[in-house]
Amino acid sequence: MESAVLAARRAVFAENARPNRGREKCVIAFQNVAHSYGGGDLLTDVSVRLAPGSFHFLTGPSGSGKSTFLKLAYAELYPTAGEVTIFDRDTQTLTRDDVAITRRRIGIVHQDCKFLDHLSLAANMALPFTVAGRECDPQDLDDLLAWVGLKHLANALPPSLSGGERQRAALARAVIVGPEVILADEPTGNVDWEMSLRILTLLVELNRMGKTILVATHDLNLIRQAKSQVATRVLRIAQQKVQLAGADL
Amino acid sequence: MSLSLQNLSLPRFGRDATPVNPAHSVVPQSGPTATLTTFTAGAMTFLCVFALALSLASGRLADRWSDALARTATIRISAPPDQMKLQTDAILTLLASTPGVASSRALTDAEQRALLEPWFGPDLPLDALPIPRLIEIVEADPGYDGEGLRQRLAAEAPGAVLDDHTRWRRPLAEAAGRIRLLGILSIGLIGAAMAAMITLAASAALAANAEVIRVLRLVGAKDSYIARAFVRRFTVRSFTGATIGAVAGLIGVAFLPAADAAGGFLTGLGFVGSGWLWPFALPPLAALLAFAATRRAAFAKLKELT
Repeated sequence: MESAVLAARRAVFAENARPNRGREKCVIAFQNVAHSYGGGDLLTDVSVRLAPGSFHFLTGPSGSGKSTFLKLAYAELYPTAGEVTIFDRDTQTLTRDDVAITRRRIGIVHQDCKFLDHLSLAANMALPFTVAGRECDPQDLDDLLAWVGLKHLANALPPSLSGGERQRAALARAVIVGPEVILADEPTGNVDWEMSLRILTLLVELNRMGKTILVATHDLNLIRQAKSQVATRVLRIAQQKVQLAGADL
Repeated sequence: MSLSLQNLSLPRFGRDATPVNPAHSVVPQSGPTATLTTFTAGAMTFLCVFALALSLASGRLADRWSDALARTATIRISAPPDQMKLQTDAILTLLASTPGVASSRALTDAEQRALLEPWFGPDLPLDALPIPRLIEIVEADPGYDGEGLRQRLAAEAPGAVLDDHTRWRRPLAEAAGRIRLLGILSIGLIGAAMAAMITLAASAALAANAEVIRVLRLVGAKDSYIARAFVRRFTVRSFTGATIGAVAGLIGVAFLPAADAAGGFLTGLGFVGSGWLWPFALPPLAALLAFAATRRAAFAKLKELT
């Protein structure tokens, strides 16, 4: 009980501390969205709004559409019905260049991390700068590597990293350009519990800095642990719909 | 692991600094398409050099034959032996007063013998054979009136026939012109084949790097950025291959036999004077072609892949 009160106080504090608080702009919104890969609908009539600075978990059984939901949220996929807006723009009206520019405002963490194996870890982390034609301050890169505990592996190639190291590196790459939103697809799927907690701590810290976080996971223990640290909402995908989960987690 | 963010303000990344990795390094270097592209560009440019040599040589021949034949004409006099000298002198006198004729002269026996030598051998008894006498006419500028000259010849020397070489000149000039056209067409076909091969190689390279492209799109790369990495690489490879091919082609042409009368057309194949500079235009053209072909292929393939 005491921990719940503490969590609530933290949530209030975090809510007040968020720089985006009071802004009415919706970061990502799904309005009656459906998606199908050609067969039946995987998602139907989904309406969700991610407010700036919010922390959401997305949960559901394997194959329920968590990854599809995330892909819709960063315009990798487009809805077969309804409307997805990112930063108040309908994804279906975005050109390919618009999508690229929009993704520079979104940090994406995949379960399989998606690195370029021929580049060093430092070069991989700097990729968002490289593709944007900007230059990355080596000192800042060092700071970020230190933040995720990988400074000593700056010159290592991705295939030589462990699962936990890759996940932390993917998170660091996702935040390097200071995105407004972090979308993470099973970021703790390939790591042990201790590493899961370390990654969660990083996500919580980012949320406290004002980043909007959406984490797709089937790990309910991770969600419970997060709820003790920050105000979160849990979205559950069941029977092709996304619902706000109650206290039954 | 340090979890402190006190010294880390994320939005400050991107200040003035040195680049961590250059743009073109985001695509892996190795791959079979690298060698294929260089080889294709080299082989095609090598062939192009020969097509260019053929085209230029046939152009020169067409011009030479046209010019040489157009400025001269021949009068053939078929007359009894006792009339031959008389008619020859009469025609030479007539030609001397004909406007548009720069000069005229009767071929000597030796010259006529040389003309017939390939068929009858060196010991041809000209006196014993009823061989027509030939008079060579060199035109002035402007030339003579052919029809008027024919009418005057008919009056002065009934056995004389004016041959203005038109029936020889036209097919020769046409043949040389068509060879030149074929050479140009060959260059065009070689260029099109090279563009097609580079397009295929670029598409294969893009498909082989589909995962790399997905990662780049995921972190916010525009199509133009991804395409640039491939376009730059294929342009450089094509330029390198074309340079090797052009140099090899030039060496090949240089070692062809020099032009001589006995060899005819084949020994005249090659470059003359500033013509030797033409092949040096091929590598930049190949690079330009590769640039356009790869860029087109890249944008089309990127839409398929992501």
